[in-house]
Amino acid sequence: MPDKLINAKNLKKSFDQFIAVDKINLQVDRGEVVGFLGPNGAGKSTTMKMLTGFLEPDDGEIFINGIDLKSNPLKAKEYIGYLPEGAPSYSDMIVSDFLSFIGKMRGLSDKSLSNRLEEMADQINLKEMWDRPVETLSKGFKRRVGIAQALIHDPDILILDEPTDGLDPNQKHEMRNLIKKISKNKAIVISTHILEEVEAVCSRAIIIADGKLLANDTPQNLENKFLNKHTLSIKISDKINNVVSREIKSSLKYEEVKIQKYDASTYIILISDNKKVPNINTVLKQINKHKLNVIEANFQKVNLEKIFRSITTGKN
Amino acid sequence: MNNYLNKTYIILDRELRGYFRTPLASIFLLVFLALSSGMTFFLGRFFERDQADLTAFFSWHPWLFLVLMPAIGMRLWAEERRSGTIELLITLPVTNTQLVVGKFLASWFFTLIALILTMPIWITVNFLGDPDNNVILISYIGSWFMAGAFLALTSCLSVLTKNQVIAFIISSISGFILIMAGFNLVLSAVRSWSPNWITETISSMSFLSHFTRIQMGVFDLSTLVFFISMMILCLWINVQLVQLKKAD
Repeated sequence: MPDKLINAKNLKKSFDQFIAVDKINLQVDRGEVVGFLGPNGAGKSTTMKMLTGFLEPDDGEIFINGIDLKSNPLKAKEYIGYLPEGAPSYSDMIVSDFLSFIGKMRGLSDKSLSNRLEEMADQINLKEMWDRPVETLSKGFKRRVGIAQALIHDPDILILDEPTDGLDPNQKHEMRNLIKKISKNKAIVISTHILEEVEAVCSRAIIIADGKLLANDTPQNLENKFLNKHTLSIKISDKINNVVSREIKSSLKYEEVKIQKYDASTYIILISDNKKVPNINTVLKQINKHKLNVIEANFQKVNLEKIFRSITTGKN
Repeated sequence: MNNYLNKTYIILDRELRGYFRTPLASIFLLVFLALSSGMTFFLGRFFERDQADLTAFFSWHPWLFLVLMPAIGMRLWAEERRSGTIELLITLPVTNTQLVVGKFLASWFFTLIALILTMPIWITVNFLGDPDNNVILISYIGSWFMAGAFLALTSCLSVLTKNQVIAFIISSISGFILIMAGFNLVLSAVRSWSPNWITETISSMSFLSHFTRIQMGVFDLSTLVFFISMMILCLWINVQLVQLKKAD
């Protein structure tokens, strides 16, 4: 069986007394997009720096496409494209020169370099900025240049440290589409603290905090695993007095029924149950008996954000 | 081996072009030419000496390099660390030695360009008299190697900081110490309390005494070996410091 593209075992890294990464295991296969989630200072960037060979782990080992990164770093690094945090680049160089420089350093021949440069200009929409110095580009374009340099040698592995940080919503959307587009035959690791990003592009989410790996599963499984309590929320545009409130609570046979004032003329009924999903038809029938005007009814979906908070802070 | 040299060359090429991408190169070359000719003609009294040689030109080089070499070399690593591009470089399939050597060679070739541009002074002295061109050639070679030693020192020290100005200052101070080591003032102060071998070691470390010998036209192999060893030592330390300081 061929090795996983990334196979990191028991990674440990400390800076003086501070343990940045503590026994992290990570395997990523071709076709996977792994989202690295964690609060600031959790050890995401340190882990990525170790995977790319920038930092040496104190303990543990990393195999890149089966090659030991420690004993054969030059060979292993050939398989990796890396966008460091903040997408650093040589700001005085023009875009095409900068990408050529990285391409040459990656060992591309003149012919394949010129092909790849053309592909990058198209794929990453850099044509209009091609002859401009990097320092004159907007943040969004600088980030694209960063992605282009990571992709220039068409690597099997792509490691992107906060690729959408600081981009506007349109640029974020574009970046996510791009990641999805190129993800088919690569192993991609992206770090982020934007949870919707993980839901949007990742096939697997890894949550780390204080250097420890706390969860490693598909976003969907994490949702199911960590909080399966479904809550039905119904918004009413009528006043609910105490009598009606009591009647509704007693008529609905669920673990928890809460009635809260939302604003001057609106109330919210929250129905939750750990064992069974509240049936929306039954609930609405009961409410209709009181001639209340329902303006909205939906399930409060448990999102990754709640899971993230509950895992990383230990609070629900 | 070919691939190894090729990557070093790509780095050299990028760095050398980097000098010319900004006005830095032109400013530096102008300042270098203005100062070297100014010192030759005014401080060195080129005409009053009435001798067909370039002693007045070369004798100022250690002092000129003391300021100008740190100006060329200060950005080599400080800027990489400040902008974060060091992370890009180190994650490329190259060794730290290739990076250090490529960057150093770029700055060293840049000073070669600066020295070649001083040729009009050499033409002038040939026009006015009949100088010993061998001595001049040896002095040029010695000057370039001394510049290399200053640059290697600067490159090595520029890893220690993310601030180019600080890199400039610590390199100039270190260079000053290495020049002063040859001065009688320093040597006599040391001689009064230390054994002879210490005085001689300090004196042998001096850029000035080595360069003075070369400047007199003595093609002293030990002097070239001294400057080359200085370069190798500084660049070796440079490689270790890159490894040590890259993630700070």
